Amino acid sequence: MFEGIMIGLTTAFTFSNILMVIGGCLIGTFIGMLPGLGPMSIISIMIPVAITIGDPSAALILLAGVYYGAIFGGSTSSILINAPGVASTVATSFDGYPLARAGKAGKALTVAAISSFCGGSIGAVLLMIFAPALATVALLFHSSEYFALMVVGLSAIAAFAGTGQVAKALLMTLLGLIMATVGEGALFNMPRFTMGIMDLQSGFGFVTLAMAMFALPEALYLVLDPSRSNNETGGEIKDLRITRAEAKEIAPVIGRQSIQGFMIGVLPGAGATIASFLGYAVERNIASKEDQEKFGKGSLKGLAAPEAANNAACTGSFVPLLTLGIPGSGTTAILLGALIALNVNPGPRLMVDQPEIFWAVIISMYIGNLVLLILNLPLIPYIAKILAVPRNYLIPFILFFTMMGAYIGQNNATELLILVGLGICATVLRFADYPLAPLLIGFILGSMLEDNFARAMQLYDGLGFILDRPMTLGLLGIAAVLIILPSYRARRARLRAKGIADGD
Amino acid sequence: MALDRWIALIILMICMAYGYAAFFTLDVGLPPFMQRNAIWPSTFPKMLVVMAIGCALIILLGQGKGDEGAKEGDIDYRRLTDYKLGQALLLLAMMAGYALMLRPVGFLLSTVAFLTISAMVLGERKLQYLLPVTVLATGLVWYLVQQVLGIYLRPLPYFMGTGG
Repeated sequence: MFEGIMIGLTTAFTFSNILMVIGGCLIGTFIGMLPGLGPMSIISIMIPVAITIGDPSAALILLAGVYYGAIFGGSTSSILINAPGVASTVATSFDGYPLARAGKAGKALTVAAISSFCGGSIGAVLLMIFAPALATVALLFHSSEYFALMVVGLSAIAAFAGTGQVAKALLMTLLGLIMATVGEGALFNMPRFTMGIMDLQSGFGFVTLAMAMFALPEALYLVLDPSRSNNETGGEIKDLRITRAEAKEIAPVIGRQSIQGFMIGVLPGAGATIASFLGYAVERNIASKEDQEKFGKGSLKGLAAPEAANNAACTGSFVPLLTLGIPGSGTTAILLGALIALNVNPGPRLMVDQPEIFWAVIISMYIGNLVLLILNLPLIPYIAKILAVPRNYLIPFILFFTMMGAYIGQNNATELLILVGLGICATVLRFADYPLAPLLIGFILGSMLEDNFARAMQLYDGLGFILDRPMTLGLLGIAAVLIILPSYRARRARLRAKGIADGD
Repeated sequence: MALDRWIALIILMICMAYGYAAFFTLDVGLPPFMQRNAIWPSTFPKMLVVMAIGCALIILLGQGKGDEGAKEGDIDYRRLTDYKLGQALLLLAMMAGYALMLRPVGFLLSTVAFLTISAMVLGERKLQYLLPVTVLATGLVWYLVQQVLGIYLRPLPYFMGTGG
């Protein structure tokens, strides 16, 4: 491991890579602060830039920095104007905004920054311990286990979508997988389902799909509903210091929530959003009676808990990505797509074949957290000025950058029309409460899933591999339970509710 | 019928078309040596489409929660006309227009036009601020993409040369 850390240090501590971290964090903070733009949109907008950098470690360092920055920026706008830029910082606004209204915006921002820093750093330490161990186990996996593992991951993502939503999430996942089969597959060398359209020969563009699924609907929502981008700024920010007693109060909260957040982040399908809400709920439940009263009215504990948890969860979500090559959330799915475009195959071999990428990313997480703390804390009052950018300027530029992202990747104007079409579809799907992240994750995992399935089928000359390999059978069993259990429970709850409503 | 069921119906129809292609047309041209394989190009799509049709039917026929209105802070599609629907549709049309104009008119002109007109669609009227901002931003983006990232973007209209 120490050898790895040294490799990581030498890769991460080059001048250009440190610039990448700083640049990524700053860009992420800036854009994450804008209401309506989540980390998924920001990262998909940044992907063409990252791909043209060419060096995979530098690109991944940049994107990871953007990811952290976006979460941090999101918490800033949650605290200052009660408009969370990012879903995972909604819980931050519960106690952050009351603090800001009470004139303690500076203190709230400091607590948020320190909690984020601790959450991210503790998460990075845990990542350093867990990821190599998991990768060693994963090296024993064959293609059939990989296939089963991806099925488990996809089922978990569908299952975590919430009760009553499982069928919708599953349908979206399958739709993503179906979209992945369009075009020329690597294994068969023949075009499928292109309907004779030349532009579909190479399949749907991944950046185009990511933009259409996330950036475009969010921009359209901003257009449709102007109140989503309210521009009232929350007064002057001063007095960033916190007292020793306050530090003592939040320290155990940060410790607990960093570990819990990390664990939740590792699970597929449960990302930073769930971690932050759960962290907030847990801390409120275990707090003393008088502390409980303060939650929701400006409690420092209530602010520290979701902030530590969401940053730790961001780090945790890198574990399945870097060791198994399976993304646990929409954001890591986009990162996976970027890695594949850069000719890197994340998975257990990554640590053996390209250790410099793996370790450089981990080391850059420390640097990124430090940069966010040192650079952004004094700059926050100035960066917060971006919240005053008028909507009339903001929206055209978001649309323009969305289109540039799709265009630069393919250099093809048809791609822009596909983008608009898919974007309209995605917006309608969002109206009807269909989750969009499963579609993208399914799309990205689709070709890998099929490749591993085909390899297993060829090795065992049929479906025999499912019975021959107990681990495969076990994993597929877990996947089935994950899908069936929530639907069964939702059904039972519905039946019970029905009985009450009928009254007989 | 609620919107989510309509969507399930549309997806179901897409899946049927896809399934028809997977089951009946995809394997027609398969060379004989590949027919001995355990897996055909159509195997995986067939599995997917069967599951997808099942899911779509569950949503379509299942006794869902019914219509209970939009969540707090979300957009309610039943009252879509209450929102700035016109602006959104106009902006989408602008994007499609931009896609068609980008090549013939060149990057610089079409981008300035797109950014300026979009802002005006949204209600911006102060052209004396708007134009300098869009021109500057367009120039900056062109410089970054063309010179720093090294991706070719035709800057000028087609009749004015390629612009290097």
